[in-house]
Amino acid sequence: MSTDAALVIPEIPCSEECLLREGNTNCGGCGMSLGLNMLARALADADQTCQLAIPACCGIVAAGAFPTTAYSVPTIATTFAAAAAVASGMVAIRDLNGERHQVVCWAGDGGTYDIGLATLSAAAERNEDILYVCYDNEIYGNTGGQRSSATPPGARTTTTPRGKREAKKDIIAIMAAHRIPYAATVSIAHPDDAHRKFLTAFDTVGTRFLLIHSPCPTGWKSEPADSVNLVRLAVRSGLFPLYEVFDGLRYRINARPDGADPAEYFARQRRFPSDAVDLDTTRRVCREGFERLETLAQAFPG
Amino acid sequence: MPLDVVTGNHAAGHALSLAGEANRVGRGTACGIYPITPQTEIVERVAAFPFSRGRVVAVESEHSAMGVTMGASASGARAFTASSSNGLAYMVENIMVAGFYRLPIVMVAVNRTLGPPWNIWADQGDTLMLRDFPWVQLYAADNQQVHDLTLLAFRLAEDPRILLPVLVCMDAFIVSHTQAETELASQAQVDDYLPALNLPHRLDPSHPRALGSMVWPAATVSHRKEIDEAMARVPTVIRECRSAFLEIFGRDPGGAMEIFETDDADAILVASATVATTARGVVERRRARGERVGLVTMRLFRPFPADALRAACSPAGRIGVLDRDYAAGVGGIWAQDVRAAFQGRGDRMIQDYLLGVGGGDVTPDLIERIVDDLMARADGDAPVWADLAETWTTAPAAEVDA
Repeated sequence: MSTDAALVIPEIPCSEECLLREGNTNCGGCGMSLGLNMLARALADADQTCQLAIPACCGIVAAGAFPTTAYSVPTIATTFAAAAAVASGMVAIRDLNGERHQVVCWAGDGGTYDIGLATLSAAAERNEDILYVCYDNEIYGNTGGQRSSATPPGARTTTTPRGKREAKKDIIAIMAAHRIPYAATVSIAHPDDAHRKFLTAFDTVGTRFLLIHSPCPTGWKSEPADSVNLVRLAVRSGLFPLYEVFDGLRYRINARPDGADPAEYFARQRRFPSDAVDLDTTRRVCREGFERLETLAQAFPG
Repeated sequence: MPLDVVTGNHAAGHALSLAGEANRVGRGTACGIYPITPQTEIVERVAAFPFSRGRVVAVESEHSAMGVTMGASASGARAFTASSSNGLAYMVENIMVAGFYRLPIVMVAVNRTLGPPWNIWADQGDTLMLRDFPWVQLYAADNQQVHDLTLLAFRLAEDPRILLPVLVCMDAFIVSHTQAETELASQAQVDDYLPALNLPHRLDPSHPRALGSMVWPAATVSHRKEIDEAMARVPTVIRECRSAFLEIFGRDPGGAMEIFETDDADAILVASATVATTARGVVERRRARGERVGLVTMRLFRPFPADALRAACSPAGRIGVLDRDYAAGVGGIWAQDVRAAFQGRGDRMIQDYLLGVGGGDVTPDLIERIVDDLMARADGDAPVWADLAETWTTAPAAEVDA
């Protein structure tokens, strides 16, 4: 094989059904991979196409190295904080040219909760017609597992070696406070609910925000085969409630916690040292958090 | 053509707006804008322009201003913005990326002192710090040049042989806020000069590429080499853009540099922007006295036109570089490149003069002193802080003059 052969750009099949193609670099049990497949399925179902703006995160590493790409749609790798700004430029030109594709930001929690928050806030304030999807693995996964403001209390990361002390930032509340038309949590353990939420997002104009609870077996020190079970447990125990917020004002709960004990969720991930999670406090926070949501959903139903 | 009396910022905002509007026959125009003194008037003009196919996005930071501009440009639109000083510093990451993406963005920068301590006056340190990125840098000396070079910048950036972003720079207040007679282009002229942009690597569903994702070292070498080749083509393409400009607008926008009285000069000043304008008056007076002094006015800083500079300075034994900037631990930034241009190619004395740093007045008298010093000194030495009074009370050249 000549040395130039590696630089020949292959013909790229363009199919929404294979948004994330074979040969991508994601780990086994990666929640983000499932999330992308859910996006692809919803796009195909809605007969829609998309373009991706992806900041620094595993989502862009997944594309693989030039001259190949695992993504079957036009994709731009933005700087860490810039995804929502770059997407705003893409939306402007899409609209000026009468094009109809979805402009999707696909970002991790670091690029959303932390470094990209001001950019995202500004795009939301302008109500840019962007579908912003945060796959939240609660860690800087791409750099080997450091804390983010999405990391839950008790979790051990390389920068919180004794377990994180601070609470997880409530990003949905922050986005809802911008009065964007649609914000919702998504679990890969609830594919029908996720599908409906993607379709709802496609049917909504303006800034739409989906938060996917996205297992990272490498960072969570969990079994890849256990990923879906873990996030299902998070929904059942009230750690990650499934709900939607419309126009930042009206709430709809999609799944009720069934009383499962969050203790099992923690026990099955080695990122949580046995003495780092205050289970009584966690149970109380989960209960109170859901009660608050329920109150909102009853008072301001969506 | 009728003359308008406008500020440098007005001239820049006019040129940017008409260039964007001209791409209504292409994929339109968009930009992210954010205010910073003394650039704000530029983006205000852009925001007020009635684009028939354009969108101006007022964002929350310079970083996002370039982010929006990049998203629009990558989508095949004509895209531009403007900034200054610490705003450029905040934007730096995305400035770098726009170059690496090979996006033909035009940015007008008003050269303002980097802070702290906070200072809004003219100093080129802000744009010169961007020197290692894949951006062409042009420096204008007056309102007309701001206007003309901004239009030229689009044609240069969008040329398929170049596809690099271009920075057009002007001095804070001295140009940005000073009204002067300026010939402003009409939309019809700009439409003629700037055909629809066709960006070959735009985000395109029929060719779904991943722009800017990972590469291995070998492909990175190719990427950098291609940038180097495009940079090398800039002087040729500028000449073509200049000829086309002359044809459509009926005036010469100027090229990479302007040489004045250099043919037989014993001493040559190398300067840029408004400092060069003041230096020209000094050179004229020296010539009237029979002294063989010349001037090279640099407009192009990146790529650095080393060959042309050497050719312009060939007879001169002494070169004085006038730097309105300071690189910590080194001295003047232009001087470094001037020295590099001559390194190993003949024996010339090159002296660096820091003047007008932080926006201090650059008077003819100050440049007179510099010329005296340049003519009298035996060898090039550490940078001369020309703004400091003690420089001239202790320097031997000043004593000789006295």
